Amino acid sequence: MHAVLVMILQRLGLGVVTLFVVSVGIFGATELLPGDLASTLLGQSATPETLAALRTQLGLDQPAPLRYWAWATGVVQGDFGVSLATRRPIADMLAMRLGNTVFLALYAAALAVPLALILGILTALWRNSLFDRVANAGALSAISFPEFFVAYILIFILAQSGVFPSMVRLSPNMGLGDKLYVTFLPALTLTLVVTAHMMRMTRAAIINLMASPYIEMARLKGLSPLRIVLRHALPNALAPIIKVVALNLAYLITGVVVVEVVFVYPGLGQLMVDSVAKRDIAVVQAIALIFASAYVLLNLSADVLSTLTNPRMMRRK
Amino acid sequence: MAVVIFLACAVLVSIPVSWGARRVMVAILPRNMARVARDMPLTAAFGVLVIAVYVFVALFAPLLAPFPERAVVGSQFQPWDSTHWLGTDRLGRDMLSRLIYGARNTVGIAFATTALAFLVGSVLGIWAALRGGWLDQVLSRFVDALMAIPALIFSLLLLTIFGTSVLTLILVIAAVDATRVYRIARSVAQGVVVMDYIEAARLRGEGTVYLIGREILPNALAPLVAEFGLRFCFVFLTISSLSFLGLGIQPPTADWGSMVRDNATLITFGNVTPLLPAGAIALLTVAVNFVVDWQLYRASGLKEQAG
Repeated sequence: MHAVLVMILQRLGLGVVTLFVVSVGIFGATELLPGDLASTLLGQSATPETLAALRTQLGLDQPAPLRYWAWATGVVQGDFGVSLATRRPIADMLAMRLGNTVFLALYAAALAVPLALILGILTALWRNSLFDRVANAGALSAISFPEFFVAYILIFILAQSGVFPSMVRLSPNMGLGDKLYVTFLPALTLTLVVTAHMMRMTRAAIINLMASPYIEMARLKGLSPLRIVLRHALPNALAPIIKVVALNLAYLITGVVVVEVVFVYPGLGQLMVDSVAKRDIAVVQAIALIFASAYVLLNLSADVLSTLTNPRMMRRK
Repeated sequence: MAVVIFLACAVLVSIPVSWGARRVMVAILPRNMARVARDMPLTAAFGVLVIAVYVFVALFAPLLAPFPERAVVGSQFQPWDSTHWLGTDRLGRDMLSRLIYGARNTVGIAFATTALAFLVGSVLGIWAALRGGWLDQVLSRFVDALMAIPALIFSLLLLTIFGTSVLTLILVIAAVDATRVYRIARSVAQGVVVMDYIEAARLRGEGTVYLIGREILPNALAPLVAEFGLRFCFVFLTISSLSFLGLGIQPPTADWGSMVRDNATLITFGNVTPLLPAGAIALLTVAVNFVVDWQLYRASGLKEQAG
């Protein structure tokens, strides 16, 4: 058990370092500007006085490491500063939306992961059958479609006839059932987009193992194909499957941006797009940091989980 | 239900079309390429055909389009008729003409971006593999740090900072994708650098440029070409998504992503016109994927035979 703890602590340490580097990158990106943030924001209307005033207000008169320190300590305490466009505290703007985005991502994940695993196992089981070919061609096409195309096709088929609403209106006192119904179309869009990749990887991971001698042994013993796949192949295919599931959950994070805009869903992605259009850098930085942290954390937990499923990976040094 | 029937018809029509395209390719190509074309699966023939059509439309857009790209030629949201085959858009511009010009703009910009990302990424990646040592370490750690941020999020951040114009769009996406190309190019080149002929070239006293251009690149080309196809799909989808979000190619330039966004309201009234530019994007990505899949299969198949 000791080795496991050490491994987890190592990965956590690595994750903290990554997060630090990512936050420096997100903060430091504004330093790439020709001139500085204040002159960019004011543009043509800049006078020396307004420039100086804005610089003091944004703290630009201080050196960058100090500003980073102030920003980072604020973020750790849940204070993201104020929006440049509306002067409201960013934390207040994020609070509701973060919950909505997490809800949508979890909803999509709850639909996509079981679906992808079942389809992946079935296609591996009935390899080269008609079912396999159709599923694969469908998956390859689904990967190639832009998210908004999938979303609008779903709207065209399902929302136009009034089965599901094409715009998501959430109210705070909505029951879970209503919420699931209203957000079904965006969740289904995300599901279709990520399922394809997960399914293909699950299939590849299992088929890869099917050639190994112990599987042949199991087949010669006369076990049923389903039992071979579930009891013998699947446990050893878990590591790559967990990796690809985490990768796709991380992909959901960026996928929500487009899907939220299509369905006018009040989440982080929509706020981010609005803020990019308004060039509200403070808000964009805050949301980018949240998305990037979620991405890092997902990759980290995938790493830990897939190592746990394979004892050999822990002994190897 | 109508969609299912439409899809079934599309598949049924595309099978004989791609079969015919393969026959034509076998007939007109020189002999050694014709042999490759004969063994091509139908999906790949379909992909090649679609790509050829897109390139043709993009090159000859001004000749093919019935109306100018930016001119208002009718009232808003006219339905399909004999003058405006696909109707008009939100401002009364001809949809078909904008769709045709969109091939030039959207595909052209995506291609330029991918080419730039490849130029920067692969040269840096091969250089890092060739030199090794601190240069390799610095570049690789820098790329690792950039890759820890999701691509779309990082692009959005950079677009906020530098503003949205076509030039910044190309530079930002190229920079983000160059990190991915760097990774591939470096790992491919690392396999090549240890070969004896590189050692021989080094002993002859050849410079870095000669080593990269004449010794490593030709031997690393096959995986890089497949990667180019996949990377093009990613870049193309990213640019379309950004344009759809209103942050990419700006109006009045005709572009498929923003055409979907501008006319999206029509979909809720049961009009399929806004789906056409989105479908055009999807069709090209599917086509490129089919060709790349075939290339990858060919590469792996040859390896199996040799081993």
